[in-house]
Amino acid sequence: MIEARGLVKRFGAVEAVRGVSFAAADGRITGLLGPNGAGKSTTLRMLYTLLVPDAGEARIDGISATADATTARQHLGVLSHNAGVYPLLTARENILYFGELYGLGRAERERRADELIELLDMRDFAARRAKGFSQGQKLKTALARALVHNPRNVILDEPTNGLDVMAVRSLRSLLGALRGAGHCVLFSSHVMQEVAGLCDDVVVIAQGTVVAQGAPDALLKSANAATLEDAFVALVGAGADANGVRT
Amino acid sequence: MIRLLLTVFRKEFFENLRDRRTIFSALVFGPLFGPLLLAITLQISLNRNQAVADEPIAIAVSHSERAPNLMAWLREQNVSIEAVKLDEAGARAAVLGKQHKLVLEVPADYGSRLAAAEPAPLLLYADASDLFNDRSVDRVRAVLNQYGQQIAQLRLLVRGIDPMIGAPLAIQDVDVSTPSSRALLALGMLSYLIIFAMLMGGMYLAIDSTAGERERGSLEPLFTTPAPRRAIVFGKILATAAYMLVSLTLTVTACAIVVRFLKLENFGMSANLGPVTALAIIGVTAPLILAGASLMTVVASFTKSYREAQTYLGFVLMVPTLPLAFVTFLNLKPTLPLMAVPSLSQHFLMTSLLRAEPVDPAYLAMSVGVSLALGLVLAGIAAWLYEREAILG
Repeated sequence: MIEARGLVKRFGAVEAVRGVSFAAADGRITGLLGPNGAGKSTTLRMLYTLLVPDAGEARIDGISATADATTARQHLGVLSHNAGVYPLLTARENILYFGELYGLGRAERERRADELIELLDMRDFAARRAKGFSQGQKLKTALARALVHNPRNVILDEPTNGLDVMAVRSLRSLLGALRGAGHCVLFSSHVMQEVAGLCDDVVVIAQGTVVAQGAPDALLKSANAATLEDAFVALVGAGADANGVRT
Repeated sequence: MIRLLLTVFRKEFFENLRDRRTIFSALVFGPLFGPLLLAITLQISLNRNQAVADEPIAIAVSHSERAPNLMAWLREQNVSIEAVKLDEAGARAAVLGKQHKLVLEVPADYGSRLAAAEPAPLLLYADASDLFNDRSVDRVRAVLNQYGQQIAQLRLLVRGIDPMIGAPLAIQDVDVSTPSSRALLALGMLSYLIIFAMLMGGMYLAIDSTAGERERGSLEPLFTTPAPRRAIVFGKILATAAYMLVSLTLTVTACAIVVRFLKLENFGMSANLGPVTALAIIGVTAPLILAGASLMTVVASFTKSYREAQTYLGFVLMVPTLPLAFVTFLNLKPTLPLMAVPSLSQHFLMTSLLRAEPVDPAYLAMSVGVSLALGLVLAGIAAWLYEREAILG
């Protein structure tokens, strides 16, 4: 369970996020949809404890991400934007390193690494150094690393960026599997189709505020549109991508 | 905290063992090129001192037939003569064009003026900007002066005057330098070299673990783990320090071996660089490691990319060598306040050890204390930088 309660974040004079509230439930995939610069990454960074909100609160399974960040992190698996892996370590060593940082014992992290290599279909390259990995292989390695401590909640920031069709498909089925196992999955995207095909809930964010949230169908109805793209344009409004805030 | 620090340390240490660039700078650059550079410099300066004294000098002489006695004298003094016919412009061009290093021109009135006991002109053309030629010019001038002295003495003798009257002073150089201190002059660059190699050993790890980590996008995932950022940054500094210690040890060992092979004793020098001194040098330099590792980590943390970090750390490598340049320039002697200058104090201590002089415990304590304190302050700054949100870039 991931909750954003009135999150506000300013960078100097720029107010990147102005009062974002939503909840992502367990056993569901929640999509954070918005144009570039809408404040998606900033919102996610506050949720995964990297940025401290200027106002409001982020809660992970009821734990405050600001007051008790260390415990909150134990409940979170994070795939940050453009997450990189260590090129000189093998895929398996990348996973094991994070297992150690999450405080897993040797036997435990070895077992988790084996499980994840199996789950993410990484056997072919698990023992190879990450230098020269394809985008898909890097993504799987980074994802396995984020899931090593078997977190209840998973946050992914634009995970499909730069992936080919096959990699996107396998990511989709993986997110489905996580949902099936009862995890709370929250991911951001600026691609409507992706969100429409995958999400149980959608949160549309523009210019740092939530402009709509609900199931994809409900959003279509409320915006009185035939496709999610039309709904998106209607909800976000013209000029929303021109406010110049970094995502 | 300590356990996570060690986790980060282990990962950085072993990962960088696989990095050719880090390995090269830590294990090859300092330990190999340092002593090699030292050996070559020493050998060249020793060879130059030795060889110049007995090497025949070749000079071109224009109109040698005008001064047959002088030519005979020059040949006796191991100067080989090539007869040429050049006017003034020709002689200038020949020296500038490097056809001849030296051209001696005997003017037409040389013989008549010599016979009339008037100063007889000789023109010596040389390129004063050519440093390696300096010694040849000096030697030819000395040989010519000797010839002139002989003629002067003969002239005095035939006039019944004791030639000693023309030599009121007899100056003798007495060199009081000991073999050790002479060697030290040549080994003056050793402390510079050791400190440079030590910093170089940790440079790439410092870059890779900070700017590199951010550039490849692995810093953010690292920060989402429960590991405290202090543990992460101290682990990185520790790994950098470990590479610096390895580099320092290897460089000093390699220098000790090279100095042994150079057989300085043959040139009347001795360098006090046995195993015990080598260990002591490592010991007095090691306290500087923490400051160096933290400084490089701090600087690299400010940069936006690997490339930028490389540029800045290039300058950082120069910082500890600045005091050494000053001390040579101002000819400073060690004092207690000066021992509070990191890198300079290490230089003084190394110099004392190489000279086989006793080391003042107060000096040693000051050097170690200040260096370690600076290291702790810089490590604290690095930790503070990593706590800031801006570190994510």
